[in-house]
Amino acid sequence: MPIFSALGLAAAVAAAPLPPTESPSDALTQRIAACLSCHSVKERGDAYFPRIAGKPAGYLYNQLRHFRDGHRHYPMMTYMVGNLSDAYLREIADYFASQHPPYSPAPPGSGSSASAAQVARGEMLVRQGDAAKQIPACISCHGTALTGVEPSIPGLLGLPSDYINAQFGNWKNKSRRAAAPDCMATIASRLSDSDVAAISAWLSKQIPDAEARPAASTPVPLPIACGSYPPAATGAASPSASALTPAQAPGSAAPALAAGAGRGAK
Amino acid sequence: MRKIVYTVIVIALLAAAIAAALLATQFRRPADSAPSAATAALPAEERIARGAYLAKAGDCMSCHTARGGQPYAGGRALQTPFGAVIAPNISADSNTGIGAWSADDFWRALHHGQSRDGRLLYPAFPYTNYTRITRDDADALYAYLRTVPAVIQANQPHQLRFPYSLQISLAAWRMLYFKPEAFLPETGQSVDWNRGAYLVQGLGHCSACHSARNPLGATEGESLSGGMIPAQGWYAPALNTRSDWEQSHLAALLKTGVSPRTAVFGPMAEVVKESLQYLNDSDINAIAVYLKALPPAAKQTSFERDSAPETVTFLAAGGKLYEKHCAECHGADGAGKSSMYPQLAGNQALTMTNAVNPIRIVLNGGFAPATAGNPRPYSMPPFSHALNDTEVAQIVSYLRASWGNNAPPVSGADVNRYRAVPLD
Repeated sequence: MPIFSALGLAAAVAAAPLPPTESPSDALTQRIAACLSCHSVKERGDAYFPRIAGKPAGYLYNQLRHFRDGHRHYPMMTYMVGNLSDAYLREIADYFASQHPPYSPAPPGSGSSASAAQVARGEMLVRQGDAAKQIPACISCHGTALTGVEPSIPGLLGLPSDYINAQFGNWKNKSRRAAAPDCMATIASRLSDSDVAAISAWLSKQIPDAEARPAASTPVPLPIACGSYPPAATGAASPSASALTPAQAPGSAAPALAAGAGRGAK
Repeated sequence: MRKIVYTVIVIALLAAAIAAALLATQFRRPADSAPSAATAALPAEERIARGAYLAKAGDCMSCHTARGGQPYAGGRALQTPFGAVIAPNISADSNTGIGAWSADDFWRALHHGQSRDGRLLYPAFPYTNYTRITRDDADALYAYLRTVPAVIQANQPHQLRFPYSLQISLAAWRMLYFKPEAFLPETGQSVDWNRGAYLVQGLGHCSACHSARNPLGATEGESLSGGMIPAQGWYAPALNTRSDWEQSHLAALLKTGVSPRTAVFGPMAEVVKESLQYLNDSDINAIAVYLKALPPAAKQTSFERDSAPETVTFLAAGGKLYEKHCAECHGADGAGKSSMYPQLAGNQALTMTNAVNPIRIVLNGGFAPATAGNPRPYSMPPFSHALNDTEVAQIVSYLRASWGNNAPPVSGADVNRYRAVPLD
């Protein structure tokens, strides 16, 4: 929308008295005190505040935009980022991606009570997938060490099992979406609840290496097309946002309402 | 006896007929008014740019776009005490949008609150304000909306409860509370004041939030003396209390979302981000001039604080918590830090009779909006998971009792009521 950009530019040029500016380095952590109160370097590490430190910046940026734009649903997150710009969200994502605090032990959750057989099934799904169900191995996209892949595939270690379960639930009921083709939604739809529990149980039992970093590339070509990876050459942000599943546009009113009702009930 | 019954029946029928006739007038198609010669004379590009600017001033896109949806394609649900009104598609699609509308159709919607097909529009679409928009501006807006990319997205039916769902109820409401009117400049006032009045009362539809509504949802007019925003759980503060503000501070707050005194939060953050930051300095200044000059409300009677030991202990506990959680940013003296952390001493948001805003800010925190003038806003952490209801009440009560602030304390029950308000 060139008209808006022009207006935006005019607004920038003709801005009313600007607040005093500081050097860019000193203030980000002060500015984002709200983020740090839950996602601090210490990391709370319970099911509601997943570890975000050290995840690939592109992944974090996508999630921030998805909360803002209603493709992921967590009322507090949407409230926080609802009036922030792409540029600022990018800066916030870059900050958290560059942090590598030590891991805190995974909190006891549903995963800790999994049976040995379940955990074994989980490990098999993570390392080999299940060809019969067309489920690719987690490691084929999330990296051999499951540390994620730059710039936009998240690491899977150091997350509470209940958080992982909740995300699969969200993909299944379409309250978590990503750029089309939404590979994780497809994979989630092929996983049974007990497979999900097996995966999350095994993942949450792994002890992550604080020195590990996201891999530079996936170990094999992606087994399934993913709209979030690899990113478009330039300006990945807005195109991927508009490339959200076509079904989303006409139906957007309904999910928004359904989500609203769900939130109201919380 | 029979005669009396007949008389009563006849009177009742007559009354019903008169009421029906009166209600029917609401559905009459208003006479066409002449399109604007001034707007028509503009080169197309200028006309559209002007319309785009006015659409920002009216914040049209905010309501007519679902979160993450296509611009102007509608679908956002506006919650009201009577149910949800679902904003329609006003993109240029001919079937599902307003691509088939004429400039006269568009004018009738803005000025008369009537849709192209003659249906009466719900005043969640603030035509009670937009009725003051000039035909010049309406035609420019129309020209702009013609250029908005057509999105095929069918409108969702409103979800209003009976009897609010009936057109006849709306007709009755309009008889009571709506009359099309034009904005008439006041000759005794400055050009700026009049421009500000036009923007505030018309496109800006400030009174839609900043004035109280009666049980039938009608606003009390243009006094802007504050009101609870229906269904959102935020209190839109009185605006007729800003005469002591420096013009430049008020202008900065409106345009950038922050000022040396305070920052915008809650629903106003979205208004600044989506609308006000795009207004030129001259319009922003005009709005500030008008707001500063609003006739002030009657002074609140000052609160007489009781000095019972439990009251004193309660406030002292708030003071301790303030020192621990708040003072680092807002200062032990409540002075804040210019354009970063709002000043709490003398901050109107804290001392309004209705304490919902400070309670929710302490519970939920939040970011000021990212704007061209303040692209990297500061934020306040949420404390909902760190402090219990009593502790939040102690802090808020302390804020309402310190540094010259003087408002009644709040209780843990008050805080609890707002924990469950949906954030989104």
